[in-house]
Amino acid sequence: MSAVATKPTHSHYESNEADNFLISSKGFLSWALTLDHKRIGLMYLIGVMSAFFLAGTLALVLRTELLMPQGWFLTTQQYNQVFTLHGAIMVFLFIIPSVPAALGNFLVPVMLGAKDVAFPRLNLGSFYLWVAGAIFFLSAMLYTGLDTGWTFYTPYSTQTRGPVVAATMGVFILGFSSIFTGLNFIVTINTMRPPGMTWFKMPLFLWATYATSIIQVLATPVLGITVLLLAAERVFHIGIFDPQFNGDPVVFQHFFWFYSHPAVYIMILPGMGIISELMSVHCHKSIFGYRFIAYSSIAIALFGFLVWGHHMFTSGMADVTTIVFSALTFTVSIPSAIKVFNWLATMYKGTVQLNTPMCYALSFIFLFTIGGLTGLWLGALSTDRHLHDTYFVVAHFHYVMVGGTLVGFLGGVFHWWPKMTGKMFNDFWGIVSCWFVFVGFNLTFLPQFVMGSRGMPRRYARYLPEFQEMHQMSTVGAYLLGLGLFVALGVLMHSLRRGKKAPPNPWGGATLEWQCESPPPYYNFQTPPTVNEPYDYQPLVYRDSDRGWDYVQPTSAPKPVAH
Amino acid sequence: MSLYGFPLLLAERTSERAPGSSFWFPPQASTFAKDVDSLYMYIGYISAFFFVVVVAAMVWFSIKYRRRPGYEGDSTALHNNALEIFWTVVPTIIVVWIFAEGVKGYMDMMTPPAQTIDVNVTARKWGWTFQYPNGAISDKLHVPINKASKMRLRSEDALHAFYVPAFRCKTDVVPGRVTYAWFQPIMEGTFDLFCAEYCGDEHSNMITTVTVHSEESYQNWLKEAAKPPENIVAHGQWLYERQGCKGCHSMEPGKKIVGPSFAESFGTDQKIVGGTVNVDAGYIRESILEPQKKIREGFQGASQMPSYQGKLKDDEILALTAFIEALKDGKLTDDELGKNDEKPAAGK
Amino acid sequence: MTSHAHDSHDAGHGHGDHAHMPFQAHHFDDPEQQFDAGKLGIWLFLVTEVLFFSGMFCAYALYRSLHPEVFTFASQYLNETLGATNTGVLLFSSLSMAWGVRCAQLRQRTGLVICLAITLGCAAVFLGVKAIEYTHKWDMGLLPAGTYVSQFLQTSHHEGLSSWLYVLSAVPAVCVVGFGIWYVMSVVSGDKARAEIAGPFLVTALCYFLGVYIGIVFQNAEAAEHAKHETAAHASETHDEHGHADASHAEPEATAAAKLVSHVEPNSPPGSPTLAAVDQAGGAGVFFSIYYCMTGVHAIHILGGIAVLAWLLVRATKDHFNAEYFGPVDYVGLYWHLVDLIWIYLFPLLYLIK
Repeated sequence: MSAVATKPTHSHYESNEADNFLISSKGFLSWALTLDHKRIGLMYLIGVMSAFFLAGTLALVLRTELLMPQGWFLTTQQYNQVFTLHGAIMVFLFIIPSVPAALGNFLVPVMLGAKDVAFPRLNLGSFYLWVAGAIFFLSAMLYTGLDTGWTFYTPYSTQTRGPVVAATMGVFILGFSSIFTGLNFIVTINTMRPPGMTWFKMPLFLWATYATSIIQVLATPVLGITVLLLAAERVFHIGIFDPQFNGDPVVFQHFFWFYSHPAVYIMILPGMGIISELMSVHCHKSIFGYRFIAYSSIAIALFGFLVWGHHMFTSGMADVTTIVFSALTFTVSIPSAIKVFNWLATMYKGTVQLNTPMCYALSFIFLFTIGGLTGLWLGALSTDRHLHDTYFVVAHFHYVMVGGTLVGFLGGVFHWWPKMTGKMFNDFWGIVSCWFVFVGFNLTFLPQFVMGSRGMPRRYARYLPEFQEMHQMSTVGAYLLGLGLFVALGVLMHSLRRGKKAPPNPWGGATLEWQCESPPPYYNFQTPPTVNEPYDYQPLVYRDSDRGWDYVQPTSAPKPVAH
Repeated sequence: MSLYGFPLLLAERTSERAPGSSFWFPPQASTFAKDVDSLYMYIGYISAFFFVVVVAAMVWFSIKYRRRPGYEGDSTALHNNALEIFWTVVPTIIVVWIFAEGVKGYMDMMTPPAQTIDVNVTARKWGWTFQYPNGAISDKLHVPINKASKMRLRSEDALHAFYVPAFRCKTDVVPGRVTYAWFQPIMEGTFDLFCAEYCGDEHSNMITTVTVHSEESYQNWLKEAAKPPENIVAHGQWLYERQGCKGCHSMEPGKKIVGPSFAESFGTDQKIVGGTVNVDAGYIRESILEPQKKIREGFQGASQMPSYQGKLKDDEILALTAFIEALKDGKLTDDELGKNDEKPAAGK
Repeated sequence: MTSHAHDSHDAGHGHGDHAHMPFQAHHFDDPEQQFDAGKLGIWLFLVTEVLFFSGMFCAYALYRSLHPEVFTFASQYLNETLGATNTGVLLFSSLSMAWGVRCAQLRQRTGLVICLAITLGCAAVFLGVKAIEYTHKWDMGLLPAGTYVSQFLQTSHHEGLSSWLYVLSAVPAVCVVGFGIWYVMSVVSGDKARAEIAGPFLVTALCYFLGVYIGIVFQNAEAAEHAKHETAAHASETHDEHGHADASHAEPEATAAAKLVSHVEPNSPPGSPTLAAVDQAGGAGVFFSIYYCMTGVHAIHILGGIAVLAWLLVRATKDHFNAEYFGPVDYVGLYWHLVDLIWIYLFPLLYLIK
């Protein structure tokens, strides 16, 4: 084991406070210029949460405005700007980087038993690209108000007065941040797995991250060139997307969705990875059908590239193309279904601990199942023609992205919070926050399915009075959801000041990150971790609530493989 | 400002839903509505079944295997290939069926019968114009019952989408392309027609109606609609409502929808970019034909008005000018409209 | 976004910690792992590059299949001789780059410096030729669709060098002066290490002007060729319909121009659009849009390549590379070959449509 040769000389496995990555060095620059993946992960966490807070507030503004069919305090123009900001910030600044960049950065090397990602400088660079993109993007949008929707559909985006060029440059920069993060993870997982960790001994979160990274690397460049061409279209009128100069707006839609549909899987796959970890650990049960879950992640990543056309069923594509895209769309539903069934089977005969992360994991399954199943209506061509661009679609993708990714992200944050900060949170209030989020979310978006099938189009600042009751229900739900999120934030913040010190392994996880201290020292592992089955709970012994679980070395440790 | 621009059409609405609506759907007013709805409900039943299975298992396992004193769960690996294959194959068969049903319904929607009533539909920010074979133009769609109507969809600016929920019919209107939609109404009445593809400021007010007539009343309507009013001011207003002026220029003094209000403007001096201009017949004519030439101060940022060169005849421009002139005191009187003239025919 | 270029590049090669000698980053187990990580990293980066360009190749394929006649017509305005020259230059630079990698592996310090300098010089020649091509087209109004000037309306005639050329050449000119002063000063002060860096940089900057010179020569040759054709053509038929008084710049062949008439967009208003109107409506403009997008993005990659090659050259003079540690040279080499390869596709697709 070559890692032994370079390990630091601490021979005692003693918790050494000074090694803790949070305080091992001090000062602003020690954070701003850090190459430590854990610090970068935490900075991302703060960044994406701020973006989420901003975009979430905008969502409440929208919902409040929609209390009245004829509007209340926003002009239609302002409404359009607010929904554009809400969507664009949520997608580009929150959902896409949330799990991979924030949690992934923290967890990928630790789960691998590595000291850092393969390219720490690139990693820091990605973070600053994210910051630069965010500043660019936000200032552009706040300055005069972008109103194209987050999709930037041409030719509206080439006609409108908003700062489209600045916003697209922001997206371009954010895209490169995402590409470099993905590239880093692929290389890290490929080349830095410790001896003994074969592909099928990797935690499922790493499988999910790997699949996500593949999409990031393969799809995001196409978004890059698309927004570049859009900017060129606006400035030089290159006539590729703008019908005024012989271009075709449908070409833009193809280009855009070629990235943005796989991007949906960038958003949901890491969430699924988190749930795989959470279900196993908190059921204290080896994951059911490991290989099926792992393969299904890769299958989703690959199929995800072939289905972009289902965003364009009404845009006048050829019939054959439309039908082929519909068929391919249904193929994606199968691996998702496989995952859900395997998670459920994992619970069978396990020991289910209904704590905060598990409650979030269960609400993920509930909400994601709705999100996934409602996709069937939209994949079927005849029903889609009715439901396309209505509130049904809005509800569907919120069930997947909020009910799926956000809830999974929150579950992950609670699950790894003790590892990241070394503090335990208040479980009772954590569960309360989960209930608020769950009830509030369903109240917000269930009525929108009904509105959609009744024919309420999306992106409407004003609507027919017959939809008012449903909209009001939805608004009440949104406030409840917001309240739940505030409770969750409060629980986390409270833990920082008052939380009990977390043991290395509070939940009884068998993956490598639970073998190092909480929070981990700068080099992650004082002794190189023993690579074991990631979901084998036999060697884990519960001590008490202060010391958590201990890993008792099995008598025959797996043989290190020569490097 | 958009509050003021809120069309009367909407303000007249009550929260009552159209007759024939069910909990889930608007009325089934076209031939393929029933098929769409039944596929919708079938997918609903299938989804409900799977959803109940998933949630029941989740809740049951959470209770039965919860951590509690005296209960020791099994932590070892479980694996069952038969089960995996089962829950891969069963959903696959089901989605194949859903796919096939969807394609069937889709092909119906894409294949209009040989005999159709062809309507040219022009979408612009933010209104619709429907042009009938006999030359009638209207901003509301009128179709006869039990006959297939085919829409030939064109856009003058951004993307729009032609959406009639009661017909379960939606097609994008793509600038630079011509797209088609067809339907055969089976129920008389008036239904909503939405723009379903985001198109900017007044997207949510780009709403009109489709009225399904009996054959006879449709023919009457068609005859009436092709006939402009005799009175020149009424003719101007008739054009104002049909040619898309209404979407951006209000008839009330000082109200800015997108462009300047028509009221109290005739004969006044207005600041334009780089000078002033007197709003007279000449300026109005020029603004209709070359809208970007002299832009009023305060409207530089507004969305650009398309040119009406070639779309309006000289007498029509004169009629519009007369209409704007009649509005110079801020309102239209019956006198100006010609008391005994018939009202614009296209209305309900 | 200079920090972007720097970070991505630097870290893309898996190290950059120049301060200590074996250049092994702390988190890698051994140099071999570091090299493998870097290699996989750069390959993935190249994949993203290919996908980045693929968007434009798709646009190209789409519009060419929709309007083949426009592409044939517009392609005539590209100067094949200049394109071919640039292809040769880039191929040669790929050779010198590959040789450089070999030198690094064998720890031939001087050989590596020379190879890198040749590669840099070729890159600069390429840009010089490109500058001539671009500015000539800008003057002729061969611009993206929105600003494209129909070649059937052209009445003004451009003689001599474009004023745009002076704008584009400002930076290289400053570089020549700066590096020249730097080089002379380091030679005078006897600082051999400095002179070794400044010399190649000076040569690179000068090579840009060599490229400009080559461009002018071939451009003039082409113009003279056309002038001959034109005079012959004018002798037999009259062109006054298009008001073409001058004969010195490339006038489209009558047949190709006539083909444009058949190109009428399905949506255009009824009536008979004239040949000029179709061309004016951006018929050929889309070709030039795609041309500028593709070659422009490619040229930006050449500029990026110049930056990293310069960085390598500085390190090479300090003798950083050897058989154990030559990763950066290898990675930059791969990148450079890709940039070359993309041009190999661009050249026939844009210049050689017949």
